[in-house]
Amino acid sequence: MIYLQLFWSFLQIGLFSIGGGYAAMPLIQAQVVQNHPWLNMSEFTDLVTIAEMTPGPIAINSATFVGIRIAGIPGALIATFGCILPSLFIVSLLAFIYYRYKKLSVLQSVLASLRPAVVALIASAGLSILLQVALGGQTLAAENLNFIGLALFAAAFLLLRRFKWNPILVMCLCGMGNLLVGLLR
Amino acid sequence: MRKKTDGQTLAKLFFSMLYISAFTFGGGFVIITFMKRKFVDGLHWMDDQEMLDLAALAQSSPGAIAVNAAILVGWRVGGFLGMAAAVIGTILPPLIILTVISFFYAAFAANPYVSLVLKGMQSGVAAVILDVVCGLGGDVLKTKSVIHVLVMIGAFCATFFFGVNVIYIILAAGLLGVVLALKQHEKGATA
Repeated sequence: MIYLQLFWSFLQIGLFSIGGGYAAMPLIQAQVVQNHPWLNMSEFTDLVTIAEMTPGPIAINSATFVGIRIAGIPGALIATFGCILPSLFIVSLLAFIYYRYKKLSVLQSVLASLRPAVVALIASAGLSILLQVALGGQTLAAENLNFIGLALFAAAFLLLRRFKWNPILVMCLCGMGNLLVGLLR
Repeated sequence: MRKKTDGQTLAKLFFSMLYISAFTFGGGFVIITFMKRKFVDGLHWMDDQEMLDLAALAQSSPGAIAVNAAILVGWRVGGFLGMAAAVIGTILPPLIILTVISFFYAAFAANPYVSLVLKGMQSGVAAVILDVVCGLGGDVLKTKSVIHVLVMIGAFCATFFFGVNVIYIILAAGLLGVVLALKQHEKGATA
């Protein structure tokens, strides 16, 4: 039964993540944190971190990670298969239409409307990760705030936005920074 | 093109995708650049324009861009078997790497030093995602389309404050796109 749940969840992730890369993230969060008790928010944040540090699409990375934790290697294979199955059909169909008509104006209009919604969903997922960093799942109160985490976030954001540093380098520096602060305390 | 589906082509397709997928950090757009370099400039299996069209299709379809691009290129070069070879080559590296990481994760995360590093990296990941959001959100604002900006604000409030199911938001935005396209079409017909 768990295999069917994994398959169905990742099928939905594969079917509704349009726009590549980060677009899958809010869907993964909804499926594996909210709809099913497979990961807590801290584990999900770790998963996004790991996915960011390793090659490969985040959806495939998540399917493997969650699948193995829930149901071992067969779980990973089933979740991954569920994740790519919608693509196999829809990409083939779109390619067929494309080679036939060479014009996809309705599709382009649909994508133009989807894009702002997808940006909003990614923003929401990013903010929930920031909240996880700032509060670690606790209630909003000054004594629960993780000031070091927030300072690292602010520094990282500045380096990325203003100075266009490499994201993987910035993430490694944040990790090292937190380790240093932790060792010094 | 189908006649080229010999074992050698399939093997080349498989190992090219395996190699590209194993060494590409940074998501779908990056992998398409590498694929172009390999299949257009290196192997001359297709021309520039066709690769660009396939990239646009891969980005417009649901699912991971890398997998979508592998489906398209594989299909184009070697039919069904080509598609299978390209897709398996693409998903094998992340599958193996994440399998190894998953087995170590529990022990890994329990180690106090590793957990400090992971915690710090979470700050970095939040910054990376919100930096991407600023870029993408800026692009939406630059279109100066009131409807699209409203969609962005509405979708954000719906998911962040009211916890509306992500899938409904995507379906609603897609439906709006269809309605807008039909309206535009109508206008074009009467004008």
